[in-house]
Amino acid sequence: MVAPLSWYLFLGAALFGIGFFGVLARRNAVAVLMGVELMLNAVNINILAFWRFVRPDDPTGQIFSIFVLAVAAAEAAVGLALIISIYRTRRTVNIDEIDLLKH
Amino acid sequence: MALQILFLIVAILTLGSAIGTVIARNLFHAALFLIGTFAGVAFFYVLLQAEFLAVSQVVVYIGAIATLIIFAIMLTRSVMGREAGALNQWAGIVAVASALIIAALIWLFTIVKFDVNPQPVPDDAIAQIGKGFVSTYVIPFEVVSILLLVALIGAIMLARERHQ
Repeated sequence: MVAPLSWYLFLGAALFGIGFFGVLARRNAVAVLMGVELMLNAVNINILAFWRFVRPDDPTGQIFSIFVLAVAAAEAAVGLALIISIYRTRRTVNIDEIDLLKH
Repeated sequence: MALQILFLIVAILTLGSAIGTVIARNLFHAALFLIGTFAGVAFFYVLLQAEFLAVSQVVVYIGAIATLIIFAIMLTRSVMGREAGALNQWAGIVAVASALIIAALIWLFTIVKFDVNPQPVPDDAIAQIGKGFVSTYVIPFEVVSILLLVALIGAIMLARERHQ
């Protein structure tokens, strides 16, 4: 094995933290979705690292990460469609200005 | 040893382009950094001997999701000019919070001892995935298919131009 399990876990943790920052700190809704994608990638790295290092004989880890991939694709499609729909009616994709539910 | 150095280099590149994704002022640059991050993650899947996932990562993330994001950026483009800044007023607090999350996770991963199993990956790992999808995981598999179909139809309905 190339690297110990902890390296992959640290990498996943760092990627997750960066994605978390992107989700909460960005103004643009598309950029927020990019942050979500980063977080999902970090989760997948963790799942596959545990699959490889703890149970390589059981395909469950890989199957689970394929489910994560499929749900991420669905999330991206619906999220971006929502953003385009909001842009059509409000002419903005700035998260701070999308406050219909507040008023 | 050479592979360890390669791991560290690719890890730094991946994390660097992830940081670029979240701080780039220009959304196109953010999208290109995102593609770089996806490619780096695919490299780690290869290192973890999850070849099927590495290919899926390239096809689904770089091929489909990145394209979708670039389309969304182009369709909502006029906003980019008058954006005051890429980050909102809480960026400082959020940066501290994410640094704390990273530190807490790394601390957790150093103190917890996982029982590592040094077995090699079986030769038929990809065949096992396929068998898993039609035996043990057949119901989640079908549910995910329906979820994807519903998301597809929902996305078309949401993004469609409405004519009154």
